[in-house]
Amino acid sequence: MRQTIASLKKGEKAVIRDFDVEAIPLKLLEMGCLPGNLVEVLQVAPLGDPLYLNINGSHLAIRLETAREIAIDPLTITLQ
Amino acid sequence: MTSTKNINVALIGNPNTGKTSVFNQLTGLNQQVGNYPGITVEKKIGFCKLPYNIKANILDLPGTYSLNASSIDENVVIEMLLNKNDKLYPDVVLVVADVENLKRNLLLFTQIKDLEIPTILVINMADRMGAKGISLDVPYLEAQLKTKIAVISSRKGTGIDELKKLIVAYQSLPTEPCLNASIIDPEYFNRLRKTFPNQLLYKLWLVITQDVNFAQLDRNEIRNSYTRSQTELKKIQQKETIKRYQFINEVLKDGQKINLATAKDFRIQLDRILTHKVWGYAIFFAILFVIFQSIFSWSAVPMDFIDSTFASLSTLAAQHLPAGVLTDLIAQGIIPGIGGIVIFIPQIAFLFLFISMLEESGYMSRVVFLMDKIMRRFGLSGKSVVPLISGTACAIPAIMATRNIENWKERLITILVTPFTTCSARLPVYAIIIALVIPEKRVLGILNLQGLTLMLLYLIGFGTAIVAAYLLNKILKINGKTYFVVEMPGYKLPMFKNVSLNVLEKTKAFVWGAGKIILAISIVLWFLASSGPGNAFHHADQIVAAQHLSEPLSATDFENAVASQKLENSYIGIMGKAIEPAIAPLGYDWKIGIALISSFAAREVFVGTLATIYSVGDTDNENTIKNKMQTEIHPDTGQKVFNFATGISLLLFYAFAMQCASTLAITKKETNSWKWPATQLVLMSGLAYLVALVTYQILK
Repeated sequence: MRQTIASLKKGEKAVIRDFDVEAIPLKLLEMGCLPGNLVEVLQVAPLGDPLYLNINGSHLAIRLETAREIAIDPLTITLQ
Repeated sequence: MTSTKNINVALIGNPNTGKTSVFNQLTGLNQQVGNYPGITVEKKIGFCKLPYNIKANILDLPGTYSLNASSIDENVVIEMLLNKNDKLYPDVVLVVADVENLKRNLLLFTQIKDLEIPTILVINMADRMGAKGISLDVPYLEAQLKTKIAVISSRKGTGIDELKKLIVAYQSLPTEPCLNASIIDPEYFNRLRKTFPNQLLYKLWLVITQDVNFAQLDRNEIRNSYTRSQTELKKIQQKETIKRYQFINEVLKDGQKINLATAKDFRIQLDRILTHKVWGYAIFFAILFVIFQSIFSWSAVPMDFIDSTFASLSTLAAQHLPAGVLTDLIAQGIIPGIGGIVIFIPQIAFLFLFISMLEESGYMSRVVFLMDKIMRRFGLSGKSVVPLISGTACAIPAIMATRNIENWKERLITILVTPFTTCSARLPVYAIIIALVIPEKRVLGILNLQGLTLMLLYLIGFGTAIVAAYLLNKILKINGKTYFVVEMPGYKLPMFKNVSLNVLEKTKAFVWGAGKIILAISIVLWFLASSGPGNAFHHADQIVAAQHLSEPLSATDFENAVASQKLENSYIGIMGKAIEPAIAPLGYDWKIGIALISSFAAREVFVGTLATIYSVGDTDNENTIKNKMQTEIHPDTGQKVFNFATGISLLLFYAFAMQCASTLAITKKETNSWKWPATQLVLMSGLAYLVALVTYQILK
């Protein structure tokens, strides 16, 4: 199964693999959400949505529906 | 004008970089706030004295993450940078960056460098470098980024003098770009370059991708031959962003060192508490409770003082100015009218103070994060919380604050329901009516009944906004992708200077804006109330004398009887009488009718109108409005006009009715259509009439 930011749990880190440019706002790219960059889930809002992330040093929150569009590689695999 | 000699400086930067505090540091109190022509984006200009007796105009442009604009605020930035003919076109741009978010902030910097405008990189918040373990190789960064760098702390005021020196020497700044972004699609950009050899490539690119006005070029011409599909353009923009980040990462690899071992951050601990599933909400509601409590208890003293001061000012004017029409106008029209506005100042200032502190501290973003999922069930966004809270001060800035909601449907619904929240203009109406009809008693030993009523009215306002949003979400058929990106800035202690300047500016804008309308209306009202057509008005004294031939009145009673005969037959009396049949079922008499008509432009006029109506022909000005209303007797029923049923009916009418011309105007501007303000007007006022009608009929 394709892993996305939405499948990460609080405190987990991963590397952004790719995404469909159409599906996510340009603003997110500008804040550093680009393939190859590190992402960490800092907090999950009380009702499970949105997610509070650290992407490439930028602290920001996005909704689950956007997080589902961003494919990731779990950190352990990329380190090999 | 000396402006030809002044250097034009533009401040540009991401939100949350302390750009406004840099602006405040440079300009102090020398600031002017206006609007860009045709739109409601705030235009802040300040003046700054530089070394060698040189002066500068400092323009504080809206915060933006990049030159790819997604809102009218961000458009302003691009339009300013593309229009060399603008008289504020910058000689030099200061890009303000936060030292903790240098990587992201440099994206905007590299874009601006591509426009070949002299640019200084201002790295702010230098006071946090130690705590974060950050060190910078400034000469290296200057060489790589082809710029001059000022490392400053707007909080501590360090580095400002060096920055000023750099501004003075702006002509020696390099203007070449620091990276070549056109290599992402050489074929496309080469064609573009050949067709428009005299134009800057990056400018052309911005014109193609952005919806901005560009004076020197025919946009349609470029667009027709060079436009690609939105998807293709976005792909190129993505490539451009990646390219820029690659460059920035390279530069920072050698130019910035972060020692994580010494980095301390209480962000994580604070976030854990403030976004906790129980504590997070508990703290949020506790803060709201404290805000509303303190606004009412702290404002009461200055408000009473203002009220009585204006009452005695009226008396003074009436006693010491020569008797005549002009004195009447001043004592009975202008002074009570102005008093009606000034009395708002304490509450508005307190509200803006709290909102400004919550925004400055970074807490507001946590509320957005916490509330998003809940608000979405009602068709709103987490970002709607800020407008709904600001709406308790005034709907106008609140509706403008919806601009950062990315999804159009969520934004539209927020705009439409925000006027339901209890704005400060409703407060004086509520305050006076509650004082008249709700006894000052305590229930359960501690709760003040009047305060409880007021709180209930606030809850009704919020509740209606939420329910209306839910219904609109079901009714409106608008589809769109729901984008939601919110930056979570680091926590900061609010700076006194920023907060106080913000409060001062917002309060001033409100008082001037509302003040002009209220003053004009109170003069017109006074005129309409002190003149009338026909004999019934002009020969009021003879008519009254004739009515009481058998039992002559005392001198005072006679005067009062003449005054009320006059008011009833004045122009405004005739107007009030005309609408009386429509409002009588709501429990209102013709005098209240007058106040309803005049407060259509702005709610707060209600109190001013009653003040004016009851002051006209009244010899005893020392009486406050409240006392005058308290003693008003309905001539037909012999009961108090402001009885319990009428009072509650009025309170609910004002809770729902769209009595604010400025809100309608701002809704028109922000939605670009008359359809939405018309919807607000019909739905809100229709609801108000119905609720007031039912309430009065049940309670009477």
